[in-house]
Amino acid sequence: MEPFTYSRASQTRDAIAAAASASTAQQGAEVRFVAGGTTLIDLMKLNVERPQQVVDINHLPLSEVETLADGRLKIGALVRNSDLAHHPVVQRDYAVLSEALLAGASAQLRNMASTGGNLLQRTRCNYFRDADMPCNKREPGSGCSAIKGANRNLAILGTSDHCIATNPSDMNVALAALEAVIVVQGTQGERQVPIDAFFLLPGTTPQHETVLQPGDLITHVLLPAPVKGARSHYLKLRDRASYEFALASAAVVFATDAGKISHVRIALGGVGTKPWRSSDAEKALQGHSPTPENFAAAAAVALRDAQPQSENAFKVDLAQRCLTQALATVANV
Amino acid sequence: MSTDTLSSDKTAATSLPIIGRSATRIDGPLKVSGVARYSSDFHFPGMLYAVPVCARIASGTIQWIDTAAAAAMPGVQKIYTRENIGTFYRVPKSSKAQIDERRPPLEDDEVRYYGQYVAMVVADTFEQATAAADKVVATYAGTKAPDVRMKLSPDEKPETDTERGDPDKAFGKAAVTVDHVYTTPPETHNPIELHASVALWDGERFTLYETSQAIMNHRAVMAKMLGVPQENLRVITEYLGSGFGGKLWPWPHALLAAAAARELHRPIKLVVTRQMMFHNVGHRTNTQQRVRLGAGKDGKLVSLQQDFIQHSSRLDDTKEDCGEATGFLYSTPNLRVTSAFARRDIAPNTSMRGPGAVPGLYAVESAMDELAIALKMDPVELRLINEPEIDESKNIPFSSRHLKECLTTGAETFGWSKRNPAVGSMRDKGVILGWGMAACSWIASRADATASVMINADGSVRVASGTQDIGTGTYTMLAQMVSELIGVDMDKVKVVIGDSSLPAGPFSGGSMATASLIPAVAEASREAIEQLLKSASESDAAFAKIDADELAFTDGRVHRKNESADRGRRFEDVLAAARLGHVEGSGKAKGTMNDKHPKYSSHSYGAHFVEVSWEPAIAQLRVRRVVSVIDAGKIINPMTGRNQIEGAVTMGIGMALFEETSYDARNGMAINSNLADYVMVTHADAPDIDVVFLDYPDTKLNEMGARGIGEIGIAGLAAAVTAAVHHATGIRVRDLPVHVEDLLVSKVA
Repeated sequence: MEPFTYSRASQTRDAIAAAASASTAQQGAEVRFVAGGTTLIDLMKLNVERPQQVVDINHLPLSEVETLADGRLKIGALVRNSDLAHHPVVQRDYAVLSEALLAGASAQLRNMASTGGNLLQRTRCNYFRDADMPCNKREPGSGCSAIKGANRNLAILGTSDHCIATNPSDMNVALAALEAVIVVQGTQGERQVPIDAFFLLPGTTPQHETVLQPGDLITHVLLPAPVKGARSHYLKLRDRASYEFALASAAVVFATDAGKISHVRIALGGVGTKPWRSSDAEKALQGHSPTPENFAAAAAVALRDAQPQSENAFKVDLAQRCLTQALATVANV
Repeated sequence: MSTDTLSSDKTAATSLPIIGRSATRIDGPLKVSGVARYSSDFHFPGMLYAVPVCARIASGTIQWIDTAAAAAMPGVQKIYTRENIGTFYRVPKSSKAQIDERRPPLEDDEVRYYGQYVAMVVADTFEQATAAADKVVATYAGTKAPDVRMKLSPDEKPETDTERGDPDKAFGKAAVTVDHVYTTPPETHNPIELHASVALWDGERFTLYETSQAIMNHRAVMAKMLGVPQENLRVITEYLGSGFGGKLWPWPHALLAAAAARELHRPIKLVVTRQMMFHNVGHRTNTQQRVRLGAGKDGKLVSLQQDFIQHSSRLDDTKEDCGEATGFLYSTPNLRVTSAFARRDIAPNTSMRGPGAVPGLYAVESAMDELAIALKMDPVELRLINEPEIDESKNIPFSSRHLKECLTTGAETFGWSKRNPAVGSMRDKGVILGWGMAACSWIASRADATASVMINADGSVRVASGTQDIGTGTYTMLAQMVSELIGVDMDKVKVVIGDSSLPAGPFSGGSMATASLIPAVAEASREAIEQLLKSASESDAAFAKIDADELAFTDGRVHRKNESADRGRRFEDVLAAARLGHVEGSGKAKGTMNDKHPKYSSHSYGAHFVEVSWEPAIAQLRVRRVVSVIDAGKIINPMTGRNQIEGAVTMGIGMALFEETSYDARNGMAINSNLADYVMVTHADAPDIDVVFLDYPDTKLNEMGARGIGEIGIAGLAAAVTAAVHHATGIRVRDLPVHVEDLLVSKVA
């Protein structure tokens, strides 16, 4: 770990001002916000994150969950994963989010981890986490150790020759299926970014994971008003029953009208370089009958472009089973 | 539960009320309240923190080590390399002292495995030492891509470990055969307590707080390697946060800490990190085992062959004796076990819970399951009909063996008769069930042990031995023993262990500590009682003119043999009358583990029955239910005993389904060197476990008839799981652990 200065922000604008001096808000940021610290402190100990300044945002007034007049749900960036998962409105109207949160990490970690922090959770790629090994995400241009190394847990969708790291978050997958909007405060004021636009594909610049710029602070996450009659579900598959990142997961939001699928949103986890929304799979189902055959066909569409690595071809099959089962569960077929 | 042929065992045993009682752990309150001090909990004024620097290559030569930047960092007191660490001596192979990494740290400039210590920083705080260790830069020459291949071929001609008859010929002529290769991966011990050393030097003597499963051996090794007399070295392990074999023998960090303490004249604390635990303190080697079984159509084994290869480090050759149980498990006239090493650029291996027999039984018991299928015979029946009368590998009788009863009791408890052997044929609420079973065996032996028992004038009793409790219940078991032998309540017994200045006790390994301590503690108790009776005869007016041999000691009272105990006197009154603070007896029992010509073959046995659930839709496999029937002699404490078996079964599920250390082929690094990526069983994975102890005392092993129970529960378990997996899915996994990718091809729907 490198020496750093620590300060506690009491107002949002102070936090933003402190972070605005950094050259980037991505890998290599000189200033980092800390909330739960479950990712940042871990990576600082591994010398993967080396901020010169850490700004503690835990005292900012961003810990509320609030239903807006238009029916949307406004979640403060500092709401802890465990509180969000057990929030009655979330449990009632956004079950997929509650289930995803509770499928992640351990109770102790969920008690610390924040909503904003979880959005920025870093990959568990072993080579990203080992500061001695080449990694384009950590040290741009150094090469990808995972493509010819241990890649069983890594991505098969959205990869590039430069990076195959998986976005590890469960929460993000649910937020993608819920079409969440990320509220960001920056030096130029507030802006709202749809979650699918918030995350970037690795391409040739895997060190850039989000659209965040220096000084940007995630203040809230907005969830659209619940779709009438919709059910939602998160299914996570992994080797052991608890405390493990997904090999494959699926978040689905689903409603039918007169026997046809009237609303469906699909996102996959454990397989993508970002929380993997599959609009093509949604299109394949929209207006069709909720049958196991149609679900399996949609799942095949969702994985159509998969590019497996040496150790993770099984994920193509597993992710399809996961999505098919998740759809069958919400459709109750 | 006993049958006519077995009852003689039972009646031979003493049926004592405290032995065999489910007593809660006497150290439990200390542990849950944080009062119990583990080795890294010890702090001393002026203490410094040491952090080793680890090689980031696995094969090469150190050219130079740049310490300048690190030395200038805040709080840094000293940086050690080969140049200035001083001399460490080696442990002669001829000595009884045990160590698995014989090369002392920093002895030469060769790097032979990733993570090898190349330097060490000592600083005022742990954080300062860690930061400075990051800034020590080692430059290497001749760096080679390491050989960390898991596929093994023998470096030299395999050795024959045991042999009888002509197994090749019999196999060639057998009516039914199976011939398969089974592999187990490297596994890393992950006790929640990290290895640690806190070293003190007073100018003449060392006091070392260590995470050790064997404090007496630790003292012997450290004295030799540090070049001091044993009397000048004291090793303390009051509590251990588990070891699983990884803390049996000393590792290099302990020497580094001691050397720095001696040179700097300051207490030194060195805590090994979780990542270092994957390289610097041993692991279970991977094994590759070809098993060939030949049987008649009646299922009688006519030939059994097991040829195993293991990896070993460049310099050491710690054997993973996969054939440990093979020679005597079943009756067969023709048998051969061979072993071979394949050297790799991987750190030294060591014992891990059930070393040898656990990977070995995975292979042999899997092959037995495959043979049962080939014979269209029930796998329980196949074991029953191959039960031997004697240990055919040594031609000696068994001291006490009830494997058949383990099998039949297990089958009955589990409901095995309801099993439909057809693959994928059993269902429960939409999931497919797989039922599998396996037999198991583990060593029953004793190590050398001495102990002291003091009967005190204040009404308490003290038992002391230089052994240690590794979390298994040794404190409690000793208190139970002495409570029984002296006749005082358990809360009056003070158990003193974990200090090498005590009478030398056994190591906690091989499931031997309990069995080893019994005769020593019993003798010490008898001697203390004799002294008490003599003192009563000589100095207590109540027993004036009565010879000691006319006196008896019952339930804490000295009394005339021809009178009942309640007419006698409490021992504290006898001691007071004699003006004695205490009487003390010492006991010494020679171990059996090195007997060249034992009269009996002593082992524990068991049978595991496993139910897995398989959901093809999501390719999800879970272990739902385990029944384990264990024949481990007299069980001293069924509560802690059950805890041992449940823990071992749970660990066995991890071996079957999850645990695997992966080394990167480019630099030899363990890729998954943390608790998130090295997948072990969580509570959520632990199934419903039913443990049945047969409880037949093995009085040929010791007077209470107790064997050890730390390892028998994991032996054979993985084979029972993979048999159940096969029954559910039709997939036979011969390379552990079972992965979801193995099962995706299952045709069972």
